[in-house]
Amino acid sequence: MSLIDNLLDYLRGDNKKTAVVAKERLQIILAHERAGRNASSPDYLPALQEELLAVIAKYIHVERDMIKVQLEKHGEYDVLELNIMLPEDKRAGG
Amino acid sequence: MPKVIVVTSGKGGVGKTTTSASFATGLALRGNKTVVIDFDVGLRNLDLIMGCERRVVYDIINVINGEVALKQALIKDKHCDNLYVLPASQTRDKDALNLDGVGRILDELKESFDCIVCDSPAGIEHGAFSAMYYADEALVVTNPEVSSVRDSDRILGILAAKSKRAVEGLEPVREHLLVTRYDPKRVAAGEMLSVDDIQEILRIPLIGVIPESESVLQASNSGTPAIHLDKSDVAEAYRDVVARFMGDEVPMRFTTYEKVGLLKRLFGGR
Repeated sequence: MSLIDNLLDYLRGDNKKTAVVAKERLQIILAHERAGRNASSPDYLPALQEELLAVIAKYIHVERDMIKVQLEKHGEYDVLELNIMLPEDKRAGG
Repeated sequence: MPKVIVVTSGKGGVGKTTTSASFATGLALRGNKTVVIDFDVGLRNLDLIMGCERRVVYDIINVINGEVALKQALIKDKHCDNLYVLPASQTRDKDALNLDGVGRILDELKESFDCIVCDSPAGIEHGAFSAMYYADEALVVTNPEVSSVRDSDRILGILAAKSKRAVEGLEPVREHLLVTRYDPKRVAAGEMLSVDDIQEILRIPLIGVIPESESVLQASNSGTPAIHLDKSDVAEAYRDVVARFMGDEVPMRFTTYEKVGLLKRLFGGR
């Protein structure tokens, strides 16, 4: 993309090209769907997620979809990844 | 060694049947004895695209049920000597297309054909599964569009996990990406996923790019596989695909947009 195109985009105000948006969306959703089918995620993952959620909820108020439990393969190792997005201000407890 | 090639996509309307017809024709034109099978029981259309709809008497379900011999159901193509069509049934229940029956037909076809092209129905149900189960190679037909790319990824997952080769732990199905309905002008404008984007996402080797073209409709109108059309980008692109499949080194074409200059507009070009 040329400098002028960039400038025009800037003047129009952002406007990411839709093809770029499409690619990003696909990369995210497919990474998620592949993880689901490749690791053939063990049965205990949903239960584990529920229990972790319950424990965390005792201390912090977190929305359900703010916690993700994923099992990924990195070479010889399986990595259990726990991802909790904390809410911005309201940190309770402590 | 005869090859079973499935033309698949998950999503409907991306060009599976168009591709099956042209790809099978191209293989036959290059001297391979080829048969193309319609697996879309209940919604057969390959016969129309191949232009043999009025010569259909028996179909794949008749053969599976042992009502007729395989030879009786095969329709010889009107353009190529070594090309045959095995139509799908238009009326029968699609469950009649059982895996054992399909396996028996493919084994019998392997005795006399070099290439067996399986035109898969859309979806991931029974018909699509029977079309891909026995495949040695797969053409994954994909449009530069989000839902098509996602469905192709899903199909790749099924090929890798549930095909006969996967189940029996043999060498995996060889997968080829075929991007169809490609519009380089829109790609250049940032309005359409590029071939590179799609390849980066799906991570399988690219076998060709078929440009969006009005001639595909003209081909289907007249019941002539698009690869036969004179002076058409689509025909050239399909010939390239076949050549690459046969192992030739052919550079990609029709993937970049060139602004047509004034002189060319006035004096030359198409």
